[in-house]
Amino acid sequence: MLEVVVTENLIDAAAAMSPQARFLGGGTLVMRQVNYGDQRFHRIVRCRERLDGVRVEGGRCVIGSGVTMAAIMAARELAFLAPAARAVGGPAVRNMATVGGNLMAPHPYGDLAVALLALDGQVSMADDTVMPLDQYLATRHGLVRSVSIRRPAGDEFRFRKVSRVKPKGVSVMSMAAHLGRNSGRLSDVSVAYGAMADTPVRVTAVERALEGASLDLAGITPALNVATEGLSPPDDALASSWYRREVAPVHLRRLLIGEDRR
Amino acid sequence: MKTPVTFTLNGSEAAAFADPGQNLLDLLRRGLGDLSPKYGCGQGTCGTCTVLIDGEPHLSCLVLAEAAQDRRIETAGGLADGPDLHPLQTAFVEGFAAQCGYCTPGMLLAAKALLDRNPTPTRDEVIEAISGNLCRCTGYEPIIEAILTASRAPNRAPNRAPGRTNGRAG
Amino acid sequence: MAMEFRKDLFADERDDNLNEIGRPHIRQDILGHVTGRSPFYDDHLFDGLLHMRCVRSPHHHARVRSVDSTAAERMPGVVRVIRPSDIPVNMNTLLALLNFGRDDEPLLTPEKVAYKGEPILAILATTERAARDAVAQVTVDWEELPHVLDVEEALSPDAPMVNATYPNNTFDYHDRYDHQKLRFGNVEAGFADADHIVEGEYQMSPIEQAPMETCGAIAAPETNDRFVCYTSTQALFFSVAVAAKQTALPSSRLHFIGGTVGGGFGGKVDSHHEPLAILGALLTGRPVKYQWDRAEEMQVGAPRGAERWRIKDGVMRDGRIVAREFTGFFDAGAYTRLSSYAVQKCTGHIPGPYTIPNIASNVYCVFTNRTPSTAMRGFGITGVDFAIECHMDKVAEQAGVDPIELRILNAYRDGDMKAHRRAAKNCALIESCQVVADKAGWALGAEARAASSLREGGIGWRAEIPETVIDRAGEIGERKQTGLAPEPFAGAARRETVPAGTASEHPATGAVPQREDMVIEAERLGFKVATGTPGPTAPPPVPPATPPGVPVPYPNTGSGTSARTAPSPGPSLPAAMRSTSAPPSQPSGASAQPDRPGPAAPPAVEPPAPAGDQAQAGARPPRRPGVSRFISGPRGRR
Repeated sequence: MLEVVVTENLIDAAAAMSPQARFLGGGTLVMRQVNYGDQRFHRIVRCRERLDGVRVEGGRCVIGSGVTMAAIMAARELAFLAPAARAVGGPAVRNMATVGGNLMAPHPYGDLAVALLALDGQVSMADDTVMPLDQYLATRHGLVRSVSIRRPAGDEFRFRKVSRVKPKGVSVMSMAAHLGRNSGRLSDVSVAYGAMADTPVRVTAVERALEGASLDLAGITPALNVATEGLSPPDDALASSWYRREVAPVHLRRLLIGEDRR
Repeated sequence: MKTPVTFTLNGSEAAAFADPGQNLLDLLRRGLGDLSPKYGCGQGTCGTCTVLIDGEPHLSCLVLAEAAQDRRIETAGGLADGPDLHPLQTAFVEGFAAQCGYCTPGMLLAAKALLDRNPTPTRDEVIEAISGNLCRCTGYEPIIEAILTASRAPNRAPNRAPGRTNGRAG
Repeated sequence: MAMEFRKDLFADERDDNLNEIGRPHIRQDILGHVTGRSPFYDDHLFDGLLHMRCVRSPHHHARVRSVDSTAAERMPGVVRVIRPSDIPVNMNTLLALLNFGRDDEPLLTPEKVAYKGEPILAILATTERAARDAVAQVTVDWEELPHVLDVEEALSPDAPMVNATYPNNTFDYHDRYDHQKLRFGNVEAGFADADHIVEGEYQMSPIEQAPMETCGAIAAPETNDRFVCYTSTQALFFSVAVAAKQTALPSSRLHFIGGTVGGGFGGKVDSHHEPLAILGALLTGRPVKYQWDRAEEMQVGAPRGAERWRIKDGVMRDGRIVAREFTGFFDAGAYTRLSSYAVQKCTGHIPGPYTIPNIASNVYCVFTNRTPSTAMRGFGITGVDFAIECHMDKVAEQAGVDPIELRILNAYRDGDMKAHRRAAKNCALIESCQVVADKAGWALGAEARAASSLREGGIGWRAEIPETVIDRAGEIGERKQTGLAPEPFAGAARRETVPAGTASEHPATGAVPQREDMVIEAERLGFKVATGTPGPTAPPPVPPATPPGVPVPYPNTGSGTSARTAPSPGPSLPAAMRSTSAPPSQPSGASAQPDRPGPAAPPAVEPPAPAGDQAQAGARPPRRPGVSRFISGPRGRR
């Protein structure tokens, strides 16, 4: 029998977790499993503590794991993140889906997490321990209190979602990049993909190829050539692995230098 | 073990007992007899179960029923003011904006949330607002037109009927 | 969405009173829709409702060694398990109601499953969650079997047997062939005469209807010893009859309520939910709901079946198509459902809206270990049209002809003889092409511009049924032994000919005479109708000497060569048409042949219908005043 446990705070919620339990955030992932009779868990854990704060700390933003996509779109200090939040679901899903849930979303979901990865996401757990987001995504173990990301300046941050249905469609892939500049050259580059692996991933080969390059077609061509190095993208109903590999350089180019410039 | 849950449903106080894991859609339909939200997928894909919670569209199939405690819930069943249809309903009727009618309650609520927030939306804003609601009879065009028509209706009064909908989302 | 009416086209054929089309109309059911009060089947509340969930096969093809449901039965909330043996009549086929095909599909499968998701057991519990939990507790010992997912692999001699009722993996046509034939003229001669041969292969995917409301039914005992059944069915009387048969209840005890359907598109005809829900209510005495979730709708809900087509055309230098050959495969999935009929509907449509003097077609309804397929909007037509129109473009390219002009050149014109031996009427392809070309700014040559559906049709060869070459290859079971190629005439030991002018009901030509109640109402088509009473009613057809339970062919396809479907003297046409000469646009040789014996009477297993029914078929009510003449106006060809 299914049971629902309600705790006062996230620490207690973390204590109530087990492999047979799921933490209920916005409901878009867990309730779907509940509705379909998922037998892998028999306990739903809810928490009364509000985790929906957003605050700026120097060059970084701290976003509570309970912040919804709609709240990101409404928050002035997170304007740079709004395109990634808008890429998730339709309006109703965005009113429900949370940052914490997006980190847990299985392929091909989790577009926001791609953006957070490219912005040097650092995860703060229930007990306030901190770890890099990519490390957390590798295990997805434990309850997240908040995610801290860098605040990009100017046009340093790029996000692109590729889907077959607009305006609401599931990702063929999503891409995000932070493109720092140093004397007209790219510096402090981070690039992340979604729907190109089991979880959102950083693409270090592309990052290395872009470091110190100029942001034009000639400058980014080495990066385009290694666009999918080390990746074996999944096959699914939306796109084959082959297709994802073939089109990734095209979308990476558009992410970096725009639709029409060559 | 059942959990008592109370909330405001279309302006009236409502109470029911929720089964563990029961979703709000099922509680509204079977527990409270409001059959206007529909089951279409149980996974947040189709939008037929859309209800407004505190003025904003939510997918009731993905809301744990007991999590609706103390919230303000509106369904398509509460849109009309007695015999008077909501301007959106009138526009849907006159604009042939429904075929089978199964997606209609969800469409109406997605549209209502939009117009309550943005009384004069552009066509693109309308499309975005109903982007989470599927229609399989391919009626999007008349639906979009009907929502735009409702937004232009002179007697549109999103805040009418005090106590029924508290007006704008906030 | 400006809509434009081309009232200049066929202006003399209709009253110019199209006042409704293109305007929003207040639907009679829309108040219910906008207030959320339209009563879909699930919008009926019952105290003590039980929820039904099925145990389904995880394999494409497997034998059930054993099923252990003891743990499930002990689960809280579980009220009843329904096993295959609980179902009074477990086997059915949808078109059994029309005596077309044999019962080939169990409601719950006892021994061997043939597609992924096939149900083998149903569990009734007090909540949906309890039913799901119980399903998860059932253990099944599966013996996986080799499966076949490709239509042509399924025809090969070493393919696994998908469906024991049709051991050759093909539906039986006319009790004789493993495919539906169509023969018209002599394609081989046509190919020999042609300047170009253009061949193509086209493959469609299955398409899910995906209605917003998933399929389902709620059944409950009523106080008057009946069962009420609220259902999403699109085909209420199909569903009543299927439910009555499978539950072995007289239909007078079944109170069906439907008609408010949350989108169907063909996917809500299969009538599996109603008998199971009623059976659940019968076995428990409680209301029972059987509703698919979205995953089931997508996985086990029958889609429009995939089709594969090979088309071979003989084309003259000017683009005139002189011969066209089809080899088609309908993927029925594991069970027949409506695919058998789709093949026939498709054969009646071949070769598309074009006048081609030589046509041959072999179409197969093939069983594979895929989800059974069923109806969907224009099924039987959509797939072959996709293939035909792709192929027309290919022909245009290879023959160096403008693609729109190619279509106009070859288009049916009024009075042209179609391959299934009926004259084309109310043709409009030419005019449609001309309008499309205009709208697209596509320049057409003077000849194509001047063409008309009203001219040049029905003259000379265009009106005639040619001498037709037939073959008898592909008899049931033959392919399994010889690995015969599927194309028309492949492996035929010899050719025979059917004389010109024969509007035969011969299965080898595939010309299917229309059954009486499907014959077009002559009066509505604007033909002159004899005054006075309908012709004498014929004696009732003699019931064929068919032992009960033996499948009989569909009445339409009654074979003149089949011993048990000997032609009866029953009337084949409305009396009015028999008592007048064939109308001008109905060339000789069409099915209006008063001196020939009519087509085989329906070889019904039931006693024959009273003769009065046939009298009614001839007596048409006078035309109602105010009815648009749009489809009934006489076309002033002469």
